[in-house]
Amino acid sequence: MSDLYELRCKECGKAWGNSPRSFCEDCFSPLEVFFDYDSLKKTVRREHLAGRAFNMWRYAEFLPLHEGYAAGGDVGGTPLVASTKLAARWGVKNLFIKNDAVCFPSLSFKDRVVATALAAARRFGFQTVGCSSTGNLANAVAAQAAQQGFDACVFIPADLEPAKVLNTAVYGARIVRIDGNYDHVNRLCAQIADRFQWGLVNVNLRPYYSEGSKTHGFEIAEQLGWKLPDNVVVPMAGGSLIGKIAKAFRELVALGWVEAKPVKFFGAQATGCSPISSAVKRGLARFEPQKPSTIARSLAIGNPADGNYASKLIRESGGWAEDVSDREIVRAIKLLAETEGIFTETAGGVTAGVTEKLIREGRIHPDETTVVCITGNGLKTTDAIAAEFPLTEAIAPRLDAFEAYLESQLPAAAAAGA
Amino acid sequence: MPVTIEIPTAFRRFTAGAPKVDCSASTIAEALTELTARFPELSRHVRDDSGQIRQFLNVYLNEEDIRFLGGESCCVKEGDRVLLVPSIAGGSL
Repeated sequence: MSDLYELRCKECGKAWGNSPRSFCEDCFSPLEVFFDYDSLKKTVRREHLAGRAFNMWRYAEFLPLHEGYAAGGDVGGTPLVASTKLAARWGVKNLFIKNDAVCFPSLSFKDRVVATALAAARRFGFQTVGCSSTGNLANAVAAQAAQQGFDACVFIPADLEPAKVLNTAVYGARIVRIDGNYDHVNRLCAQIADRFQWGLVNVNLRPYYSEGSKTHGFEIAEQLGWKLPDNVVVPMAGGSLIGKIAKAFRELVALGWVEAKPVKFFGAQATGCSPISSAVKRGLARFEPQKPSTIARSLAIGNPADGNYASKLIRESGGWAEDVSDREIVRAIKLLAETEGIFTETAGGVTAGVTEKLIREGRIHPDETTVVCITGNGLKTTDAIAAEFPLTEAIAPRLDAFEAYLESQLPAAAAAGA
Repeated sequence: MPVTIEIPTAFRRFTAGAPKVDCSASTIAEALTELTARFPELSRHVRDDSGQIRQFLNVYLNEEDIRFLGGESCCVKEGDRVLLVPSIAGGSL
């Protein structure tokens, strides 16, 4: 191959070159980008990264970017926070939060996948790009399409959170609201990609798009001092991210950039939409689709395209999957904010809540290095927690009014043990 | 009045380019059997070696995934649409 990468079928292995397609026309299984690691090993070294900015493009050789592609935008390069207060609360050492709630430009991990998808869209000559989305992806597509001069058309479930709709509209993207859930939107987009010559990032550009996820894993390893963690806790919607973090770790091992070690992968879902965690817990070879009903809208995919791959990876790694209720999600959002100063969206509440559960169940051991992947920003899902924080009564702008206010609050504070 | 099976582009090389195929069936299983009897080359693309519908092929009866309708034994009636859609799209988390 002239590129150092090409599409191959994940099941039958047939090579398909590089083109905007996402499934093998022989067996209908998904296609994935395969790299020529032998060539990569000869041309790229860890030391080459030293002079590069800390964003996802520092790992350009591991991404499906065509020759001469001028990567744009300061995407990725998010903090890996060494937790102290939350770790103490949970009784563990070596707890890290990978914080993609502050990923640029649109404040979610989806900026990474859109960055590689739009590189592919440019390569294949698309002018219109789009996606099916539960919100974050639409935000990322709209923002980066505006940056790079693409026309954007995104498809979303009609009842999406207002903040996520607004965060797409502001960039000038066309928004098509679909009267149905995300799985209905997805199905429609598969048909649209079949009919129109558009670059739908998570449909016909999906193999290129999902490679962007690897940079989340590369950064984790580099920020740990070029070491792999013992455990990773990853939110699951379609089930792709967890597999791509594993792929990132495998690639670093293959190139000799990190020492090989067993990493346990743990998947997190909301109980109201838990086809993958149910499959893991029940030992099913194929997940059973569900009708989503959860406040974690960005994870509400009842028919996850990569669900079976995710559950297989989890089981084979010695990890586990868990799910948490809406109430536990809200509690975990507050806990992460109060202990680490990180305000995550509902999906992050799922991941944090599940991590706590896994520690309590003894599946994550206190002495091991554990990374919790936070993938989106809490400012986008304020509706989910607004009821927790009712407005307090306003007081007059006078010192005596404040003194009276303090007086009225003190008994309550005393009662609460303050 | 028949049931109409909508054929995705990738399958049309096996249906002589036809985007839709009408058949008279009373269940999804019968509809798929009739389809693959008429276009035998399509058979291995619809079902795997164990005879199950392929893992990455989603089958819908009108607007609903057949897995919510009891699987391929679910009944179809005149005028129903059966969609064959590759399981490609999806969120990325």
